[in-house]
Amino acid sequence: MKLHLSRRYRFSASHRLHSEQLGTEENRRVYGKCNNPYGHGHNYVVEVAVSGPVNPATGMIANLTDLDTFVEREVIEPFDHKYLNEEVEEFRANVPTTENVCIEIFNRLRRFPQAKLERVHVEETGLNSFEYAGQPEGATHE
Amino acid sequence: MVYLTRKIEFSASHLYHNPAFSAEENRRVFGKCNNPHGHGHNYVLEVTVAGEPDPATGMVLDLKELKEILQREVTDRMDHRFLNYEVPELAGQIPTCENIAAVIWRLLEPKIPRGRLNRVRLYETPDLFVDCYGEENGSGNGVRRGAAEPSGGAR
Repeated sequence: MKLHLSRRYRFSASHRLHSEQLGTEENRRVYGKCNNPYGHGHNYVVEVAVSGPVNPATGMIANLTDLDTFVEREVIEPFDHKYLNEEVEEFRANVPTTENVCIEIFNRLRRFPQAKLERVHVEETGLNSFEYAGQPEGATHE
Repeated sequence: MVYLTRKIEFSASHLYHNPAFSAEENRRVFGKCNNPHGHGHNYVLEVTVAGEPDPATGMVLDLKELKEILQREVTDRMDHRFLNYEVPELAGQIPTCENIAAVIWRLLEPKIPRGRLNRVRLYETPDLFVDCYGEENGSGNGVRRGAAEPSGGAR
């Protein structure tokens, strides 16, 4: 039986959308209000889906305590109440759009040992959300 | 292909306990969910059927019909029940969200008169849900064995 277990987590963080590859005027044009040099914040919701065989002894794909501990350590603790651009290493070079936040969270969680990571869904606000399920089989670019 | 989804709610109690485990192991693996008196949830079930609309009615499947199937197969069986003791389909299994979703899939799949059952999504709480897509490659009896050893905690 093909089953995915999904769990929702929350963190709050600030960011600024600004690309070193674009000029001042172009940054303002592309990112609008999000280019404000002081940054701004969101309450992010992260939905994590994992799959795997159901252990007949426990009825579980993965023990939620294990998943919670892993997500807390890899994502919530390093992202919550942080300025993503400065305090998360990966966003010093990459613009912390929610697309890139979603990919970064996927890359951090793919090492979860107890089940296979299927998908990461990130809601930046209640009105926009992003989803990443990794590169298709055979793709070489991370 | 059009995907039609219908949502229902039911409330039920359960507890997690494996008689093959010691009392200590049950507490360690299942945590609060091992409370022998059980506890309950308001489950939300989303059932998705995929199909082509019938040109005469414009419907993939008559929602009235789906509503009756869900009432008969799920609500009548599980609503306001203690899942461990009152739902024979779950006998011998830990009534986790994974196992309940798989049971619901097996109950519904043969009963869908038009289109094909595409997904069963079962929310145990707003922050925890399971998606069931049926048999993988159409083989086996569903739940496979050999998962990683469980470690501490509960849900």
